[in-house]
Amino acid sequence: MKWAPKSQYLLAISTVSLCAIGCYVFADFLGYHAVALLLLMLTSLLAMVLDLIPMVIAATLSALIWNFFFIPPRFTFHISYSEDLLLFLLYFVIAMMGGILTVKIRQAEAKARDKEEKEASIHLYNTLLNSLSHELRTPISTIIGAVDTLGDQEVNLGESQKEELFHTIQSASLRLNQQVENLLNMSRLESGVLKLSMDWIDLEEWSFGLLGRMRMESYQPNLKINLQQALPLVRLDVGIMDIILGNLIRNSVQYAGSEVTIQLQLSLSQELLEIQLTDDGPGFPEELIPIVFDKFYRLPNTKPGGTGLGLSIVKGYVEAHHGDISLSNKPKSGCLFIIRIPVETSYVNMLKHD
Amino acid sequence: MIKPVVLIIDDEIPIQKLLKIALESHDFKVIQAYSGKEGLALAASHLPDAILLDIGLPDMTGHEVLKELAAWFNRSIIMLSVQNSEEDIVQALDQGATDYLTKPFRTGELLARIRTAIRRNASDKLAAQWTFQNLQIDLGARTVRKDDAMLKLTQTEFNLLVLFAKNEGRVLTHQQILKEIWGVGAQLETQYLRVFVGTLRKKIEDNPNRPVHIITENGVGYRFQS
Repeated sequence: MKWAPKSQYLLAISTVSLCAIGCYVFADFLGYHAVALLLLMLTSLLAMVLDLIPMVIAATLSALIWNFFFIPPRFTFHISYSEDLLLFLLYFVIAMMGGILTVKIRQAEAKARDKEEKEASIHLYNTLLNSLSHELRTPISTIIGAVDTLGDQEVNLGESQKEELFHTIQSASLRLNQQVENLLNMSRLESGVLKLSMDWIDLEEWSFGLLGRMRMESYQPNLKINLQQALPLVRLDVGIMDIILGNLIRNSVQYAGSEVTIQLQLSLSQELLEIQLTDDGPGFPEELIPIVFDKFYRLPNTKPGGTGLGLSIVKGYVEAHHGDISLSNKPKSGCLFIIRIPVETSYVNMLKHD
Repeated sequence: MIKPVVLIIDDEIPIQKLLKIALESHDFKVIQAYSGKEGLALAASHLPDAILLDIGLPDMTGHEVLKELAAWFNRSIIMLSVQNSEEDIVQALDQGATDYLTKPFRTGELLARIRTAIRRNASDKLAAQWTFQNLQIDLGARTVRKDDAMLKLTQTEFNLLVLFAKNEGRVLTHQQILKEIWGVGAQLETQYLRVFVGTLRKKIEDNPNRPVHIITENGVGYRFQS
């Protein structure tokens, strides 16, 4: 916890004063030596939250208060016995040293933490660069190579070969586009300024529309949509919901192949939207399930084509909607994603109108 | 046959080249402008049948170009934008753009939009009867037939369908539709719009889950096409 400078001074002065007042009330019972220990304990506790200067003030203030109100003769700064003078000096030194050392240790700790975080982000950045240079360069070199071949006057290509090259360029550019899209999404999430633009959506219209849009980017998943009867309108960010479901579907196709059958089930109970997506692919290795949502994680031995960002983007966007996502394997084969998102609902579509 | 003229306003040379080839090979005449000012001048001197306008231009924004065009240009303007800028798109449509495409777009899609846009210019908004494939709308009798069978539409559904049909090929924003049908004041209630579009689709579309007439533009509005 970090306090603002002003409240640090306030905290230092008020706690020392309060403690002193308490001690003052019980001064006869406690005796002035115990008071010193109590004040010393307070200053050590304060050292755990205060910065250097407020700490020095707390230590000085408590020493002076102890001297003035408690060391005989009381209500003077004068000290009669040399033993008490020694105690007072010791008190001052211990309070200062204890306080200052604790503050310094805290500062050093914070510095070490910063350094660790910086190193972690450098590591992440390097992973990103590696992943990027591979995943972006592959489609780019495919396109450059195919175009060079098509433009080469000395090569005599047959119609079917030309067609194949065109098809290669087409799928490489779509793949490139998807990679860039994912990177943009990731940076939107990381920037921390993601603003949801909520609108009422008809889940039936949305889910079938999504299927149509997936077809347009030449994904032809065998997708079955299963909707609970009479769903109300819900308020969601459609663009982001498209990204969530789109990434899950692409992920299934990526890992389970284009022959995979995907089932999408939408249901709603008590303002909680539940989206279940299952496929009949091989499922995930049990021990890896906890880490598949991590950034840049990719299952071993998978086909190239992803950045390892897809599922972490899904998770980030689900959380941006204050929801959660879980993954499990189905008993026989295939996997099951369950997304739960709290939503505002409107049953206006259940009303008779006109 | 006179070739329809398309003006492209975009400062990206590769995009210009690509669009010129794609459009000319499909029998359009193409004129090109690389800045907003040049685009405005060419629009005035050539009166193109449709304009493709990029939102990001070097000298002025697409929105500023739209504002100037809105005063006198009454043909179709298709905005080209980069992804993830729904606010930009809605603003452009409210300023008078008739349609939009987000980059990267497929050439087939672009050609379809331009053809619709040019047909829109020519369509007779004053006719008493409109036909869209299997749909027939009779404005005088306030009736709609689908495959020659009379449809029972409510007052609001009919008004909505007429608004869509009058703006065939044009993307209408949620706010534009709400204002036209329910008047000023109802302007935030997009949930009503969803409901009426849903019931209208069930009546006029063969498969309401795969609509061919009323197309949803996510986060933006709807487009009606025949």
